[in-house]
Amino acid sequence: MKELAPLRPAENEVRENTLRESDLRKNDLRENDLQEAEQHAVAPLRPFFEVNRRDLFKLLGAGLVVGICDRSAFAQESGRGRGETIPQDLAAWLHIGGDSKITVFTGKVEMGQNIRTSLAQQVAEELHAPMDSISLIMGDTNLTPFDLGTFGSRSTPQMGSQLRNVAAAACDMLLDLAAQRWQADRHALSANDGAIINSSTGKKLTYGELTQGQNLVKTLAGDPPLTPAAQWRVAGTAVPKVDGRTFVTGVHRYTSDMTRPGMLYGAVLRPSAFNAKLLSLDSKQAEKVPNVIVVHDGDFVGVAAPDDPSAANAVDLINAQWSAPPQISESALFDSLRQSPDGESRVGGFGGGNHETGSVSAGMASAAKTLSQTYTAAYIQHAPLEPRAAVAEWEENKLTVWTGTQRPFGVREELSAAFHLPLDQVRVIVPDTGSAYGGKHTGDAAVEAARLAKAAGKPVKLVWTREEEFTWAYFRPAGVIDVKSGIAADGTLLAWEFHNYNSGPAGIGTPYNVANQKIQFHPAKNPPLRQGSYRGLAATANHFARESHMDELAALAGLDPLAFRLKNITDPRLRAAFETAAQRFGWGKQPATPTRGFGIAGGFEKGGYLATCAEVAVDRAMGRVKIVRVVQSFDCGAVVNPNGLKNQISGAIVQGIGGAMFEAVHFENGRVTNPRFSEYRLPRFSDAPQIEVELIDRKDLPSAGAGETPLMGLAPAVAGAIFSATGIRLRSLPLLPKPLKL
Amino acid sequence: MPVITLNVNGVERKTEVAPGEHLLFVLRNRLGLTGTKYGCGEGQCGACTVLLRGKSIRSCRVPAESVTGSKIVTIEGLATNGRLHPLQQAFLDEEAFQCGFCTTGMIMSAHSVLAANPHTSDEDIIQYMDGNVCRCGTYPRILAAIRRVAQGAKKS
Repeated sequence: MKELAPLRPAENEVRENTLRESDLRKNDLRENDLQEAEQHAVAPLRPFFEVNRRDLFKLLGAGLVVGICDRSAFAQESGRGRGETIPQDLAAWLHIGGDSKITVFTGKVEMGQNIRTSLAQQVAEELHAPMDSISLIMGDTNLTPFDLGTFGSRSTPQMGSQLRNVAAAACDMLLDLAAQRWQADRHALSANDGAIINSSTGKKLTYGELTQGQNLVKTLAGDPPLTPAAQWRVAGTAVPKVDGRTFVTGVHRYTSDMTRPGMLYGAVLRPSAFNAKLLSLDSKQAEKVPNVIVVHDGDFVGVAAPDDPSAANAVDLINAQWSAPPQISESALFDSLRQSPDGESRVGGFGGGNHETGSVSAGMASAAKTLSQTYTAAYIQHAPLEPRAAVAEWEENKLTVWTGTQRPFGVREELSAAFHLPLDQVRVIVPDTGSAYGGKHTGDAAVEAARLAKAAGKPVKLVWTREEEFTWAYFRPAGVIDVKSGIAADGTLLAWEFHNYNSGPAGIGTPYNVANQKIQFHPAKNPPLRQGSYRGLAATANHFARESHMDELAALAGLDPLAFRLKNITDPRLRAAFETAAQRFGWGKQPATPTRGFGIAGGFEKGGYLATCAEVAVDRAMGRVKIVRVVQSFDCGAVVNPNGLKNQISGAIVQGIGGAMFEAVHFENGRVTNPRFSEYRLPRFSDAPQIEVELIDRKDLPSAGAGETPLMGLAPAVAGAIFSATGIRLRSLPLLPKPLKL
Repeated sequence: MPVITLNVNGVERKTEVAPGEHLLFVLRNRLGLTGTKYGCGEGQCGACTVLLRGKSIRSCRVPAESVTGSKIVTIEGLATNGRLHPLQQAFLDEEAFQCGFCTTGMIMSAHSVLAANPHTSDEDIIQYMDGNVCRCGTYPRILAAIRRVAQGAKKS
């Protein structure tokens, strides 16, 4: 039996994803600043685009294919025009068939962020085609071009603009085709509602009529002119979710709903603790269960059975002895994170980075008042309602896996490595997923299902239990953040020193004007839990620390928290975000009372600017706090779908309540001690406040992603609100694991 | 393996079940009704909600053998002749979902609360629905969708 690659990729593998996100941000910088780009050049990832032109037209029928190459390839190889072959470095492409149906191919995946709809809107806009003529094939490694993954709020700014380019080029080509067909002046032609119209003759040809029977391929050589956002008719509007009906009827098939002919159900025997080694195994009883296959390979032990109860039963019948090393428990968490930096500190996220400008010590020396405080954030879990799931099927030496992941191509690599297969013998398909929030970067369930299917010789479905999800997935990193600062007598910031231990570098910078600053991220050498990406990465913890500290400085300066911030901000977009939220909220109109408090926080990250105002009600007898109202402004450039965007923002606020108020993973010596919903409190209906979202639609600016940044304002705004009512400053996330002592 | 008969969405369906097998897995794996979801297996998230004699239950906690002879309705049984149930339509109109994984359970729970009192208040809805988790945080819209149906009932 071949040795499997580790089924639990080490922490550094997950961390690598986080690093790749920062690499992406470097790519983004490259667009704005070529010099910067050279310093941060990222080695190109080899794209794998396996469908050749003949297969493509066989798959989709004759028609027009338009693709766009990876941006970095443009710089090296510009000026490509119409060709006969599909290049190997495509980023996205679309096909227009003889029936006028438009099929768009992108490696991005849909997990509730509504990108399937908002990308289709952008294609509809530039192609002047009806929404219902457009469908997206997403996250299928055999059909869609290579994509790094759906994370980092990259889909809208990157894939959105690439697809707009593709669609605009396709439209251009259709105009050419019509001009040729009619021998007409192109200037008299226009595209509308899926057809080219000749205004001088009144003639009309649908896109299908124009492309029927042809095998046309075009790859983009540059950026065609795009429709300015101010003139958008489909993009920028509240188009309903494209397949909404399949969700309210239960028709949509998530991975966990899939079946294949002859499919078996898998279950995995989990180790007794993290990092445990298998000492001995007795599976005789399990093997006696009819039709059950037991697989033992290294430290992996799993079963496949014709039905779910038999699989669970068989796992229960296995006797295994494990040996686990002693491990750091929750009580020692923060000390361990702080005391074990690996000596290296990493470059921070957007707007920040490890740096020192001016002299913090000189700034502190000249300050009228100084402050030094520590903030912490607990490990939390993504808890996507659909747990990790995979259906794996072998055909000879070819492996197909359906799985909910944010990185279909990354999971393909994991499978290829685990089974020693060339990449072209592995196909990963991602059905629209029951959410992820950064938690589904890895292919754990996919590798396990494939291992069981290989042994069984039949397709196998594996759906992790909630307890497995809470234990064997990965977590948002816990962190310790030390902030030291100094202000002048009038409240001007003079010095700012910020050290983040372990939670991450995203959003570590400060948007406030301060000449003397030092900012560092210190990754812990051996964090006690497997940790990785979580919606917004460390920007949530870093915003919590920074904005809480700004509040504390405001109190020290005797200034209103908003006035103090505005005094130290020049960035007009951030000022606008604060002013918009404050106005809608009625900031400063009502004084705080012992039972009613108000807080404000804001910032920018990943191209989005936000400010959050929160109102809390304090039950002093019980020590309970209820968030009663949240107003949040958000500016992410030109809004692509205001309804979808509001849904994302409002959802981020509610999800943020969990991490802000009560969510924490408890662990003891290599075991999670609250691995279920009855012990890990999630935000529920009764936790949801009145939420008001103010979109700042900047049609003059490119669209940024919005899946993450709206999460960041809630925790510090609530901490500020609790302080304003009670005078108690809470500096640890979650803020209220226990009732307040009043 | 014992064979039982379940009355699901108005149809008598015979199926094998393992001893103690929960209704959720029988519906999903043996009857192909995958609109009902597994979220936690301990009745804490509501993704597995179906109607038993018109009232919402957590199908992950109910042994299938214990509900033979009782009318069970799943999300697949709500629409009639391709026409969405008013609650399904309201969820669609309010776009009261993101990833959609909790949606079917939300609709079944909402069905139960409105069946008990078509004119129910926001407070009652929130209290009743507190056992259903939407991890995407779409609660305000879900509440608006249920309210929309409740108010429709008030008008008629």
